[in-house]
Amino acid sequence: MEHIRTPKVENVRLVDRISSKKAALGTLYLTATHVIFVENAPDTRKETWILHSQISTIEKQATTATGCPLLIRCKNFQLLQLIIPQERDCHDVYLSLVRLARPVKYEELYCFSFNPKLDKEEREQGWMLIDLGEEYKRMGLPNNYWQLSDVNRDYRVCDSYPADLYVPRSATAHIIVGSSKFRSRRRFPALSYYYRENHASICRSSQPLSGFSARCLEDEQMLQAIRKANPGSDFIYVVDTRPKLNAMANRAAGKGYENEDNYSNIKFQFIGIENIHVMRNSLQKMLEVCELKSPSMSDFLWGLENSGWLRHIKAILDAGIFIAKAVSEEGASVLVHCSDGWDRTAQVCSVASLLLDPHYRTLKGFMVLIEKDWISFGHKFNHRYGNLDGDPKEISPVIDQFIECVWQLMEQFPCAFEFNERFLIHIQNHIYSCQFGNFLCNSQKERQELKIQERTHSSWAHLWKNRAEYLNPLFRADHSQTRGALRLPTAPCSFTHKFWSGMYNRFEKGLQPRQSVTDYLMAVKEESQQLEEELAALGERLEKIQKVQLNRTEVRNKQSEPSKHSGFSTSDNSTANTPQDYSGNVKSFPSRSPSQGDEDSALILTQDNLKSSDPDLSANSDQESGVEDLSCRSPSGGEHAPSEDSSKDRDSDEAVFLTA
Amino acid sequence: MEFSELIRTGQAQAELLRGPEAPPLRGTLCVTGHHLLLSPGPQATPDLWLLLLRSVDSIEKRVAGDCGTITLRCKDLRVLQLDIEGVEATLNIARSIEGLRLGDAWHFHPPERYYKRVARETNAWRLSEANEDFSLCPSYPRAVIVPRAVNDDALALTARFRQGGRFPVLSYHHAPSRTVLLRSSQPLIGPQKRRCAEDEALLRAVLAGSRPGARGFIVDTRSAQTAKQARMTGGGTEAKAAYPGWKRLHRPLERGRPLQESFVHLVEACGDLEQSMDHWLSRLAGCRWLAHVKEALSTACLAAQGMEREGACILVHGAEGTDSTLVVTSLAQLILDPSSRTMAGFQELVEREWIQAGHPFQLRCAHSAFSHARPKHEAPTFLLFLDCVWQLGRQFPLSLEFGEGMLLALFDHAYASPFGTFLCNSEQERCLCEVRTRTHSLWSGLNQLKEQRKLRNPLYVPNPLALWPSVEPQSLRLWQGLFLRWTRPPEPSEAAWEKVWQIVTDQEKTEGSQPTVSASELQL
Repeated sequence: MEHIRTPKVENVRLVDRISSKKAALGTLYLTATHVIFVENAPDTRKETWILHSQISTIEKQATTATGCPLLIRCKNFQLLQLIIPQERDCHDVYLSLVRLARPVKYEELYCFSFNPKLDKEEREQGWMLIDLGEEYKRMGLPNNYWQLSDVNRDYRVCDSYPADLYVPRSATAHIIVGSSKFRSRRRFPALSYYYRENHASICRSSQPLSGFSARCLEDEQMLQAIRKANPGSDFIYVVDTRPKLNAMANRAAGKGYENEDNYSNIKFQFIGIENIHVMRNSLQKMLEVCELKSPSMSDFLWGLENSGWLRHIKAILDAGIFIAKAVSEEGASVLVHCSDGWDRTAQVCSVASLLLDPHYRTLKGFMVLIEKDWISFGHKFNHRYGNLDGDPKEISPVIDQFIECVWQLMEQFPCAFEFNERFLIHIQNHIYSCQFGNFLCNSQKERQELKIQERTHSSWAHLWKNRAEYLNPLFRADHSQTRGALRLPTAPCSFTHKFWSGMYNRFEKGLQPRQSVTDYLMAVKEESQQLEEELAALGERLEKIQKVQLNRTEVRNKQSEPSKHSGFSTSDNSTANTPQDYSGNVKSFPSRSPSQGDEDSALILTQDNLKSSDPDLSANSDQESGVEDLSCRSPSGGEHAPSEDSSKDRDSDEAVFLTA
Repeated sequence: MEFSELIRTGQAQAELLRGPEAPPLRGTLCVTGHHLLLSPGPQATPDLWLLLLRSVDSIEKRVAGDCGTITLRCKDLRVLQLDIEGVEATLNIARSIEGLRLGDAWHFHPPERYYKRVARETNAWRLSEANEDFSLCPSYPRAVIVPRAVNDDALALTARFRQGGRFPVLSYHHAPSRTVLLRSSQPLIGPQKRRCAEDEALLRAVLAGSRPGARGFIVDTRSAQTAKQARMTGGGTEAKAAYPGWKRLHRPLERGRPLQESFVHLVEACGDLEQSMDHWLSRLAGCRWLAHVKEALSTACLAAQGMEREGACILVHGAEGTDSTLVVTSLAQLILDPSSRTMAGFQELVEREWIQAGHPFQLRCAHSAFSHARPKHEAPTFLLFLDCVWQLGRQFPLSLEFGEGMLLALFDHAYASPFGTFLCNSEQERCLCEVRTRTHSLWSGLNQLKEQRKLRNPLYVPNPLALWPSVEPQSLRLWQGLFLRWTRPPEPSEAAWEKVWQIVTDQEKTEGSQPTVSASELQL
C-alpha cells in the first residue's frame, strides 16, 4: 500500500493499439495487486485488469498536447498505452508501478494474499493433485535397473535438485557424490524419463568440470552405470545442447564437455541451442516486430526472420526429436546437459518425453511433465521470469519456448493432445502471474523453506477444476498416430515457420480468427451428450406414460423441452465483427460533404503524401471521420480467454479493489 | 490428328515414386489418349493409378544404363518420378506424354444462367441482351445487367469507350444498403482526354437508381501513376469533372508476369524446404505471394466496406478488367453476401464472376509453376482469389459451407480438367467450341454425393453477417494445404477431419432421433 502514490486517476485514455485514432476514456485505479482501467462508456463499463507481477516494463513517453503517455508492457504480451492528462499524475502512477512491479521479497507476491475461498483441506488436496512419486511408478520404477536414491536427502549433495531422485542401481553413493563434484553446481546425472518399452532412458546433468584435461573416475563410472542400466544397447548418447563454440569456451573456465576418449562407449553430440541471453534478445526483437504499426507483409516476415525466434524454436524441437528417436528407434539411453542443466536441458528433456509418451500429451500428464522436468529439477523460475526484483540479465523466455514447441507440435498433430491452445496460454499466464505458489522460487529447497504449500494455492488444482475449458475436441487417444511415440516427419519439420499469434498477439483480438473451432466442437459435443441424456430420459418417461396412461397435454409440455438447447449457433454469429482499417492511413472515404477544390488531385496527393509521411496529413483528420467509426476493431464476441484472470477471479479481487 | 499416332510405346514396366510420404508403386505403365495409367501386378493392390495427361506441366527425362527416369511436374504442384525399364521405352513414353499433354482434348455440358436471379433483386436494373451476338463485348456473356435507364443503343456507345468493350455492368446488388458493385475495364480516355456522354450517363443512372444521395467510388486496381500513363496507350481513368458524385481510389494490385513469378518462386521455395528452412521466412517474404494476398484482400474489404458502411456504389476496374478486377468483386461478395458462402452459392459466384465474366482461363492457366516455357499470358489470378478465400475461411472457420477441398478442386480443375467448365477464355469461345454440348460440367461432377465429404465444411453454421477479415500480416498464413500438399504427411490432418465429421454427425444423429420419439409420443 505504501507504494501507491495515487490510487485513482480520472479521464485517462486507453489507446487502441491498431487503430490509434480510437481511445477509450476511463478511470485508472492502482490497488495493492492490480492496475485497473474502467471505461466510462455507461453501457459496457469495460474493465481491464493487470496484475502487477505481469508488468514487464513501464515507459513514460514525452508529454504531448493531449497528455502524458504511459506504455505498459506485460509478460503475457499485453501492451497498454495510457494517456494521463496531468504530467504529475502520470509521474506518480509511473513511480508507483515501477515499485509495485518489482517486489523485493516473496511475501509481497500476489499468491500470498490470493484467496480463492477454499478451506485448508481443499488447498492441501490441490497440492496433492500432481504426485511425482506416482509418476515414476507409472514409468515402471523402481525396477531391476533403477532405484530411488536418498543421497540428496535434505539437499545435501545438490541444493537445486529434488530430494527424491532415480539413479542406476549400480551407482553407489560414493559414485554419485564423486560425480557431483565433477559437475557444475553439483548437478550429477539423474533420471528424467524411463522408456519402459526398451529400457532406454533420458538422464540429465550439468556440464562436467573437465577443463582441458581433467578426469573424474566416479563420473566415468556414473555414465557407465547409466549405460549398464539399459541392457538393450552397448552405448549411450551424451548430448550437449550448446553450440560447440560455447562449450569449448567453457573449457577455459575449467568446465566444458565429456572427452570421448575418457568415457567408454559414449557417442558425443552437440546440438546448438543458443543461451538465455540470445533467447531474451530474440524475443525482444520478435515483440518489436509484433508492435510495428501496420507493417507490410515483408516488413513482418523479414523482422520475424531477423529475430531468429522461430529458428531457436526449431533447434529445440530438433534436439527433442533427436533424443526421442535415439530412445525409441535406436534403443539407446541419452544423457543431456547444457551448462548448468536447468534451461536448455529442461526444454529438450521435456520435448523428448512429450514426443515419446502419450501420457504427457494429456491434461494431467502435461502438468506432471512441467512439475518433473521444470519445477522439481530446479529451473530458476524466480530469476528467469523476474518474480522478484533481480538481475535483468537472468531473465529469459525459457519455458515460453518450451510451451511454443508444444503448440507447434499441436499444430502438426491436431489429434494427439488432450488439451488445447488455451491450456498452454493459461499455464504461461500463471507462470508469470504469481497468483499461485507452484512457479515461485528457484528450487525445491527454497520452496520448502518458504513453506509454499502451506501458504499458497496450487495452480494445477485451479487448472484441473476448469479442465472442461482446456479439452481438445479432436483428441483421439485410441488413434494409431497418437498412441505411443509420435510418428515424426522424415523431412525436417516443415511446420516451424508458423508464427504463434494466439500467444504473442493474444490481446489483439482483431488479429485472431473470429470463430473458434475448438469452442464450437466442444459445444456440439456437449449438446449431443445432453440430447442423448434427454433422449434416454424421454424413453424412460415414455415407458412410464405407456403404463400409467397420463393425459396428453402433459406429454406435450415435456416434448417442447428438447428444442431449447444451448443455441451455440447464434452465439457464434455474434462474433459479429467490424471492418478494420483496410485503407491503411490513407483517407479512403473522404467526407460526405462535397469537398473543396479539385478532389481528384487532392486524393492522389494524399496518397503520395502517405509515402513521404507528410505531417500535414493530420490536418484534415476531421475528414476521416467516415473511416474513424469504421476502424474500430474489437469484435464483440469471444469474451473468454485473454483476460481470464481478471474476469474469473473478480469476486476475490473485489475486496482489494474496494479497499484501495 | 488421332491420339494413337502420338503414342509411341503403349506399355512398359515402371516404378512410380510419389514423394516422401506415399509408398512407391510398381507395375505396368500405359499411355492412352488422355491418361497415364499404372496397373500394379496381381499380387499388389488392385487400385489403378491414373494421371490426366493435361495436368502435366513439365517433363524431364534421364537415362542411365538400361533404365530411364521421367520426372513429371504437374500443374497441381505434385512432383512424380517414374523409373522405367528400357531406354527406348523411356524415351518413347516421354515423347508420347509430351505430344499428348499439349493436345486439346474435347469431351465435355452446359452451365446454368445465373444472371436472372440477380436482376430480380432490384427494380433499377434490367437484363440486357444487347450482347446477344458478342458484338458489343467479346468477353462478356450474352446477357448482362445494366441500369434500367440506359438503353441498348447507349450501351453500344459505352462499350466503344471501354477497353475490350467491357462497359460497366452490375456485379452484385447489396440489398440491405441498396448499393451496387459494378465492374468494367478502363475508359479509353487517351492522350486527347476523350469523354463519352453515354458512359457518364450510365454511371449517373447507377447513383440515381441507388438510395437517395448515394455517392460512388471508383476503385482502380492500378496505381495513380500507372493509370495516368495508360493514357499514352489510349487507356486511362475517369476524370473527376466528367463523373460528378464519383470519386476515385487507387489500390495497386499485382497482375500478369510479376504475379506469375511470385507463384513460381513460392513453389520453388516450398520444393526445397530442406535447403530453405534456415531462410524460410525471408524466402517467403522475397517471393511476395502473401503480400499480394494481403493487398487483394484489403482492396476487396475496402470495396465491401464502402458499400455496407458508407452506402456508396462501387465500380471496380483496372486495365482489361478481367483479372484483378474479378478478384476484388468476387471477394467483396463473399464478404458481404451470406448466400455466396454456401456450396451452391460459391459455385454460382465462380461461374458468374470468373467464367462468365470472361477471365481468360485458357491463357492464364496454360502453365502452372513448373513450366520451362517463357510465360506469356500465364498468371495465377484465380489462385490468388482461392488463397484469399482460404484466408477468409481460416479466420471464419464456421462461416463457409465449403471446405479447403473445394478450393483445391477448383485450383486443380482450372489448370487441368476432364470437365469443360474452365475451358476457353470467354463465353463467346465456349459457344464457338460448343463446350456445353460436348463436355460435362464440373459443377455436376462436384455435386455428386460421393464428393461431398471432401468438399464440404462440416463446421458450417449460416452466418447472416458480413465477414470482416483481419489483413494484418500476423493474421495471414501460407496456404500449406495447397503449397505443401504433396510434401507434408497428410495423415495428421486427415485424422483430425475424420474426428470433426464424427463429432458433427454424432450430433446430427442424436438430433435426428428426436422427432421419432416425439412422433411416438403424439400417437399415444
